[in-house]
Amino acid sequence: MAVEMRMRDALREALREELLRDERVFLMGEDIGGYGGSYAVTRGLLDEFGPERVMDTPISESGIVGAGVGAAVAGLRPMVEIMTINFSFVAFDQIINNASKFLYMSGGQFNVPLVLRMAAGGGSQLGATHSHALEGLYAHFPGLKVVCPSNPADAKGLLKQAFRDPNPVIFIEHSALYGVKGEVPDDPDYRIEFGKARVLREGTDVTIVGYAGSVHQGLRGATMLEEQEGLSAEVIDLRTLRPLDIDTVIESVKKTNRAVIVEDDWKFGGFAGEISAQIMERAFDWLDAPVARVSGKDVPMPYNRNLEFAALPSEEDVVEAVLAML
Amino acid sequence: MATEVTMPQMGADMTEGTLVRWLKQVGDQVNRGDIIAEIETDKATVELEAYDSGIMAQHSVKEGETVPVGDVIALLAAEGESVPDNVAHKPPAETPPRRMIEEPQPIAQATTQTTTASTTEVASAEKAPPPPRGAEEAHERIAPEGNGRVLEREAGARQRVSPVARRIASEAGLDLSAIRGTGPDGRVLRRDVEEALRAHKAGEAPAPPVRERELAPAAVAPEARPAAAPGEVEPLSRMRQAIARRMLMSKQQQPHYYLTLDIDMTEALEFRKQLNASASDDQRVSINDLIVKACALALDRHPKFNAEFTEQGLRQHKDIHIDIGIALDEGLIAPAILDVRGKGLGAIAADAKDLIERAKNGRLTADEYSAGTFTITNLGNFGVETLIGIINPPQAAILGVGSVMDQPVVRDGEVVVRKMMKVALSADHRVTDGAEGARFIKEIQGLLENPVSLAL
Repeated sequence: MAVEMRMRDALREALREELLRDERVFLMGEDIGGYGGSYAVTRGLLDEFGPERVMDTPISESGIVGAGVGAAVAGLRPMVEIMTINFSFVAFDQIINNASKFLYMSGGQFNVPLVLRMAAGGGSQLGATHSHALEGLYAHFPGLKVVCPSNPADAKGLLKQAFRDPNPVIFIEHSALYGVKGEVPDDPDYRIEFGKARVLREGTDVTIVGYAGSVHQGLRGATMLEEQEGLSAEVIDLRTLRPLDIDTVIESVKKTNRAVIVEDDWKFGGFAGEISAQIMERAFDWLDAPVARVSGKDVPMPYNRNLEFAALPSEEDVVEAVLAML
Repeated sequence: MATEVTMPQMGADMTEGTLVRWLKQVGDQVNRGDIIAEIETDKATVELEAYDSGIMAQHSVKEGETVPVGDVIALLAAEGESVPDNVAHKPPAETPPRRMIEEPQPIAQATTQTTTASTTEVASAEKAPPPPRGAEEAHERIAPEGNGRVLEREAGARQRVSPVARRIASEAGLDLSAIRGTGPDGRVLRRDVEEALRAHKAGEAPAPPVRERELAPAAVAPEARPAAAPGEVEPLSRMRQAIARRMLMSKQQQPHYYLTLDIDMTEALEFRKQLNASASDDQRVSINDLIVKACALALDRHPKFNAEFTEQGLRQHKDIHIDIGIALDEGLIAPAILDVRGKGLGAIAADAKDLIERAKNGRLTADEYSAGTFTITNLGNFGVETLIGIINPPQAAILGVGSVMDQPVVRDGEVVVRKMMKVALSADHRVTDGAEGARFIKEIQGLLENPVSLAL
């Protein structure tokens, strides 16, 4: 059976089920208890599980991530919510130098089973310092897993999987998707394995690759291509950047001979460049056109609403990129 | 990365070449400038120089194999570098698709009263090489229709081919240069290659020999050719094909006019005798050398005969390179004595001897068989009285030379016996008119009849 719900509700269900399943699981974060979380993901959990398992913390990201790393090393299964990904900069040393390297530097003695949830992405007029798309940045570091769901079912299945993973998982939720509705399986053991991309739409003329919010631009672009140009686009949702399911992308590109990567991130040094390079390395002889990237404009995110939309990739950009390679 | 060595283009209409012999074996060190192979073209065997250094890593083409211009024939690797197998030239399997896109080869049309001396290519330096003719026809044949985005590829520009299109073409043994790209910037895409393959498949039904039988009646008068029983058609040699193609082109495109004249060679022969009395063997001057020198001087004074007609206008050549027709067992070749203007008779004689020797061995350089600006064809040795030549395209004229014969002529009211030689000027009427031709041929006559002027 499946139930329709919003992504924030799916995330809450995942947290609740994990809290019920494993008593080592606990949640820490700013305003996640009494206030129910900035995006209302943890609403009601304090009442149900009490302040020992749903902890409001001071505004000190470095401190709470550090506490999470310590708790994880000590054998608990903490989840730390960073209110938005922008504040993770303050905790960068804990994430990069401790969480991602502890297992390696301890010679395999200590795992860090820490779930770090963060809201990310632009489009909500939050200004330049609160609109980052940093999935690719975190994917850069070996030792971290990076998960970025695009819909409620994936959000639930991937978050539940994150709690079973013995390594630090950066779980990035696109802030524009919290209200997106979708069918979510009600199986309490519903999980999605990391490193499995999903083909959301099959096609033959071009492969559109996205993750998190950009999946939706890709899907709308594919619809426009079909309706306006009679073109058949395949759309792939990567779902996790680390591990990366490049095989699914390569298989698709070998069929369509063309690829467009869509991401909110900046093009320069962004994750689309990584995918593009891997396609070139593994499917060069199948390409009919250079791999195209549809990315955010190379500016800090503008506050002005029109400018913000102009700075973010759109479905029209996707269509334009596809038509340019035909 | 391994460096690709490709089949070079050694003449404007060369579309393929045969690898005669590898001079560098796999594993040999190759230095820039080394001769790595011998290539046989329509006209000659040419030595292929390496443009890069490295280790000969792979012969992609076997000796005796013929491949299109531009195909990879070998790979040079850096020290210690391994070379992937898939770069190998794929010899065309079964029915090579290339057969389909070759231009029709007309059957030789030479008749008894007309001899030709022209198989050379002319490609002046400032002229961009035209695309291979075969390729052009293939474009027409297999370019997808109705696509408004078709872009003409500039001659000489690198052809854009998507990786997948390149792979499919390579696997099918398809010549990419014959495919017009419909993608951005004229890139050849998968759809273009697949379209070409479909076109080939559609046209594959008749076996190649059928084409020759179809073409034969159109190209030659029925009685000139005894009806060959099916299967008796002898394939044309590459040289024969080139002669046929170029002579047909000349007669179709260049309106000829003809002027003939008797030249009294008595003085010239005496002059030659004196010259040769003291000359070393390699500088011994032949009658033809005298004619070459006379033509060089006449061309200098009548430059329109050292020009070429183009749609844009008359292309005047700065240098004078005179082709001399040389009969070989397998056909005819007309390599050039280069830069004749500055050469004295001794140098011309030495050059001509060297040229004839190397033409017989098939060892001419690309310049020698492509740079000529005027041609002299001489059947004097065969006792022929008059030779009217076909212009060697795209030149403006050709001088046909007959035998020097004792003839009674009238001098000062007396009949005397003189050494007479008939010459015939065939000239392109688009470039010059008869009166200009008359002045030009009279100039040659004057020079040969007053041979001291040739010593200048």
